[in-house]
Amino acid sequence: MRKVVITGLGAVTPLGTGVKKTWEAILNSTSGVDLIQAIPTDSLDIKIAGEVNDFITDEWVPKKEQKKTSRFIHLALASTKQAIESAGLDFEKEEHLKERTGVLIGAGLGSLRIIEQNATRLNQQKRLSPFFIPAVIANSASGQVSIHWGLRGPNFSTVSACASGAHAIGESSRWIREGICDVVISGGSESVISPLAFQGFHAMRALSTRNENPQKASRPWDKERDGFILSEGAATLILEEEERAKKRNAPIYAKLIGYGASSDAYHIAAPEPEGKGATLAMKTALQSAGISKEEVDYINAHGTSTPAGDIAESKAIKSVFKEHSSKLKVSSTKSMTGHTLGAAGAIESLFSILSLCDQVAPPTINLDNPDNEYNFNFVPHHAQEGKINIALNNSFGFGGTNACLLFKKYP
Amino acid sequence: MNIEEKVTSLIVDQLGVEKDKVKPESSFVDDLGADSMDIVELVMAFEDNFSIQIPDQEEGNIRTVQDAIDFIKENQKANS
Repeated sequence: MRKVVITGLGAVTPLGTGVKKTWEAILNSTSGVDLIQAIPTDSLDIKIAGEVNDFITDEWVPKKEQKKTSRFIHLALASTKQAIESAGLDFEKEEHLKERTGVLIGAGLGSLRIIEQNATRLNQQKRLSPFFIPAVIANSASGQVSIHWGLRGPNFSTVSACASGAHAIGESSRWIREGICDVVISGGSESVISPLAFQGFHAMRALSTRNENPQKASRPWDKERDGFILSEGAATLILEEEERAKKRNAPIYAKLIGYGASSDAYHIAAPEPEGKGATLAMKTALQSAGISKEEVDYINAHGTSTPAGDIAESKAIKSVFKEHSSKLKVSSTKSMTGHTLGAAGAIESLFSILSLCDQVAPPTINLDNPDNEYNFNFVPHHAQEGKINIALNNSFGFGGTNACLLFKKYP
Repeated sequence: MNIEEKVTSLIVDQLGVEKDKVKPESSFVDDLGADSMDIVELVMAFEDNFSIQIPDQEEGNIRTVQDAIDFIKENQKANS
């Protein structure tokens, strides 16, 4: 049986460009949410977001390529470059490996901003850019990564709203298990900082309107929570077949041991109130890993800070873990990053892996008055050190879709 | 900036080539590494910057830097 290990990590988040910078900010309980910088907000109801402010595009993407692509692709190229370097992979020296390497980077939406710009041109009866379509389609991040490094294995994108990144990692682990690939570049990327996105999500009443206090706006499980924070970011993981990774003395950050996916089959945006879909996905992940629920130590929850979502997830966790749930650490790093949509499952998988590496559970900030009848340890305000052998990452998306991943400490 | 200089700077910008590579006789495809999509984007930049319209059927006739300069001069005259 071929097993999957994680040998490379890369990230670009509202907490900074790079894994180290992001993780240090997380462990210091830093909020990456602030007033929106990239676009004017005078006519918007929402004026806060989690933007990546330290990202210098020229450092990661050649000038000529920048115009043909869009920001979610730039962020994916940057996080992938970091991940490939951290894995110590050099595809130019291993030509045969290119055929055995797949790319599966999830994105929830693609570039809404460029859609908006081209729609405006269309209304002015101006010509549209030939790069409009390739810059906005959701599989362009995967496509550009495969072109950039010459990777010729399978290449597409998962599109499942806020679960896209988790689905990408889960599905690509099967490519390795089934022998289709030896290495997969997997993760998620999203950047939809645009009026269309803010007003669109606001029309659903999905976003926090705490414009006057950005750093306090994302507050999963807190009684005063009022919606999620739209953020941008990307994370890339290098998935590799374990024996191959050991043979080349690769750095191994964690093992990917389980994956479960399910549907609520209930509503296009609202979670099933009892969390039945989430329950099924978590149970399926535990079964696929062949572990008992008592072996899980930490859950990086979906926890978006919406009134309904946080409760449904708590109910699901309780129904899966029963009396063991009081021993679990359950935190939402979205309290710091905001919600990066299609990148969230990948960024939070990264945090789950780092929690195993460093034996520390990241905090849930802003949790002043927990709306909590479930007595989990939500790791309020500050990170907590302690044994973490297995971590679970939950990701749920509009459309009623759920994906859960289980990571184990290595060795 | 005259038309020649402006055209050169747009080409440098759009195609990401060195300025001294852009000569009147340079072919966009053979010398400057453009593909058909790059050329459409370049035509858009000419249209936006010189306030002209370049019909789709004319695109194929603009193969070199000089072709572009000639077309722009011709059409700016026509407009004025």
